[in-house]
Amino acid sequence: MNQKSLTHLQRLEAESIHIMREVVAEAENPVMLYSVGKDSAVMLHLAKKAFYPAPPPFPLLHVDTTWKFRDMYALRDKAAKDAGMELLVYQNPEAVARGINPFDHGSLHTDMWKTEGLKQALDKYGFDVAFGGARRDEEKSRAKERVFSFRSANHRWDPKSQRPELWRLYNARKAKGESVRVFPISNWTELDIWQYIHLEGIEIVPLYFSAPRPTVQRDGLILMVDDERFPLRDGETPQMRSVRFRTLGCYPLTGAVESEARTLPEVIQEMLLTTTSERQGRAIDHDQAASMEKKKQEGYF
Amino acid sequence: MTTQDPIYKTDALIAENIDAYLEAHQHKTMLRFITCGSVDDGKSTLIGRLLYDSKMIFEDQLAALEADSKRVGTQGQEIDFALLVDGLAAEREQGITIDVAYRFFATEKRKFIVADTPGHEQYTRNMVTGASTADVAVILIDARKGVLTQTRRHSYLVNLLGIRHVVLAVNKMDLVGYDQAIFDKIVEEYGEFARSIGIDAFTAIPISGFKGDNITGPSENTPWYHGTALLPHLETVELDTTADQAKPFRMPVQWVNRPNLDFRGFAGLVASGTVRPGDAIRVLPSGKTSTIARVVSLDGDRDLAVAGESVTLTFADEIDCSRGQVIVAAQSPLEVADQFESTLVWMDEHELVPGRAYWLKIGTQTVSATVHAPKYEVNVNTQEHLATKTLDLNAIGVANITTDREIPFAPYDDNRDLGGFILIDKITNHTVAAGMIHFALRRAQNIHWQATDIGREHHAGMKHQKPAVLWLTGLSGSGKSTIANIVEKKLARMNRHTFLLDGDNVRHGLNKDLGFTEADRIENIRRVGEVAKLMTDAGLIVITAFISPFRSERDMVRGMMQPGEFVEVFVDTPLSVAEGRDVKGLYAKARAGQLKNFTGIDSPYEAPEAPEIRIDTTEITPEQAADLIIARLIP
Repeated sequence: MNQKSLTHLQRLEAESIHIMREVVAEAENPVMLYSVGKDSAVMLHLAKKAFYPAPPPFPLLHVDTTWKFRDMYALRDKAAKDAGMELLVYQNPEAVARGINPFDHGSLHTDMWKTEGLKQALDKYGFDVAFGGARRDEEKSRAKERVFSFRSANHRWDPKSQRPELWRLYNARKAKGESVRVFPISNWTELDIWQYIHLEGIEIVPLYFSAPRPTVQRDGLILMVDDERFPLRDGETPQMRSVRFRTLGCYPLTGAVESEARTLPEVIQEMLLTTTSERQGRAIDHDQAASMEKKKQEGYF
Repeated sequence: MTTQDPIYKTDALIAENIDAYLEAHQHKTMLRFITCGSVDDGKSTLIGRLLYDSKMIFEDQLAALEADSKRVGTQGQEIDFALLVDGLAAEREQGITIDVAYRFFATEKRKFIVADTPGHEQYTRNMVTGASTADVAVILIDARKGVLTQTRRHSYLVNLLGIRHVVLAVNKMDLVGYDQAIFDKIVEEYGEFARSIGIDAFTAIPISGFKGDNITGPSENTPWYHGTALLPHLETVELDTTADQAKPFRMPVQWVNRPNLDFRGFAGLVASGTVRPGDAIRVLPSGKTSTIARVVSLDGDRDLAVAGESVTLTFADEIDCSRGQVIVAAQSPLEVADQFESTLVWMDEHELVPGRAYWLKIGTQTVSATVHAPKYEVNVNTQEHLATKTLDLNAIGVANITTDREIPFAPYDDNRDLGGFILIDKITNHTVAAGMIHFALRRAQNIHWQATDIGREHHAGMKHQKPAVLWLTGLSGSGKSTIANIVEKKLARMNRHTFLLDGDNVRHGLNKDLGFTEADRIENIRRVGEVAKLMTDAGLIVITAFISPFRSERDMVRGMMQPGEFVEVFVDTPLSVAEGRDVKGLYAKARAGQLKNFTGIDSPYEAPEAPEIRIDTTEITPEQAADLIIARLIP
């Protein structure tokens, strides 16, 4: 009997690998955006599988804001080294010069470091295809995002000019100057990601697991005081709380949840029994209903 | 809904024994389905209900939903599930969904991916896209309205895309008092229609997406219904990938993995069948054979891979194999051909241009292909065949296709991966059509190239020259014919063997049956290209003077010639200058509306992007232009 039923994770894995290989076969100069989060970790792991025994034939690009958690920087460097891949770190020089930070500059922080930084980095290295770890289940406007998402020469996303994707056929052809963002884990859900990390033993940032950490409570979020740049308000003193993070970004913008989950199964257990969505911990989405769609049109991932 | 729903039982397991839960859920399978329905059939509500009932909605999303329901919802004070799945801002304002959205939920047995496509008449394109990856189609009918034109359209498309499992969900049963007679009547009417288009079997379920009847479990409101509820049905349907494993082995090669001289692996996704080390294989179209040495993976070599898996294979022998070729079981090869009959679904604003070359991507291979004039268009509402010369956005038709080389394929009904293709516009790079191969045309297989003893090199050698095509393109009145004539005279003086093909002259003879529509202009250029090609085979230097306004056709002719033989000469004269000259009085006629499809006036001219030579006739004389061209040809 040769027949075997593929599990949902096996099918998702096969699809993601297929997408990555299509890009490598058709793109001139691809790159993988690496944000050090759990989705990036899974994407990187899939890339290793897709091209084994060769290392993934493209570099990793981290568009840095200088405000990530320290644990993230540590894992970033280690993961690239383990995969045998070149790691490119890009910081928007204007944001560096002006000292853009999430405390004083509000939404300008995301605009300059991430949106502008990403565009600058892609232009600087001439990348024509960039892999991203976005998933369709993250947010409503992402549910309609293509796997191959086309961007004009000035990086804008136009919902009307996106191409239909049929079967396993991806049309990667583009004019000079145009680029493509490719999302190989589009069809994975948060639970799929966690299950796969568990099954494959993929290393992730320790911040996903609960530990006593110095925190303050502010504007309805629990924020971690990760370094001395965190300006404390009058009357605020960091308190040790047993917390973990469901999603990782810039530490001053990422809310923690109180938790005792110290192992992967415990994290998954908590996630399954929780009653709030993973993006709730991110300040960026709460502006207005269509905020993510607007940001995407402007070039944010 | 009742608390006996299977999905809720898992909560206890998650809380008590997460390891057991994870173990169980790692063995879940995955089913992809599409929901089709008309605008008011309650499709978004049903999907919202599935997400809600399978606990994919979190508290914060629910709070937002409740607020939105009161603000813009259509269900009064009740939760409007449809708001959960309406995505882009523009759509929310219009109140209809206009694209394909993918939703995810899971039960104890399966993970589900739902392609949510709009039911609106104009959006055949989206439904076909969503259906192309689906195992199951859920066709929604409003119990109050019964089988509508759109139900027929959706069913036709579902069948066209080869979906084997159809669910007829008769929705809004709560609004007809859960009346069995109404349900039975709809099922009977639908059954008759379904059989007429080739859907042999379907599963009919009476539901209410709004109230939740027969969604996760049997409803007390329909005691007369003895079948399974929707979700349990979806949890047990056989998957396409499992069925595909029983077929012969086929894998299109995606990428050749060569990290060093000692390793050469062929990466791809298994389209059908299974593969083990030691299996005899054949590479198509070359026909070379070998055996599988290893099935390589990061976690160590494997002894089996099956349809649906991405793998890397190595061969026992060093044989040629590259991207686009297909590895197949040696004893059951695929057909190879370059002419096909296929169904096309047109997806672009710009209509099909018969005769124009498009890129055709099938499996992992991209080739150049031309579509012949359609045999007929299908009226998707009535399934009638209509005569047509082209296919517009959302039109479906049957046409023959010729590719520029032989490709391995399978009829679409046998294998989606080897029989489904897309067409890509060579200029805009848009995906303009989806196609499904029916069969190869015999005529392609019966005409073979006759090998001749005196070849093109011999012809050219006797003339002591290198053949070339000097292709002059530009507006009417730009000076093409004048310059071409001078070039030929100068070359003749240099003892070169030439021939000048002039646009007007060719239309008196070879092409006198052609007019000036876009399709005729393309055929005009194709024939001229073929003639020019024969002349280069005869060793001649060919000079042509045609407006040849479309980039794709100039590129098509370039593709016919040997590399380096085609020299594109852009005779660049601004419209105002050419119109000012108006030697033949044609611009005046066109402006007066007496001449249709005149380039520059009511038909576009697509200037070359990177011509070998560009001549600005406002700067230099025809004589100087001719010298420039000759200098390039004979350095």
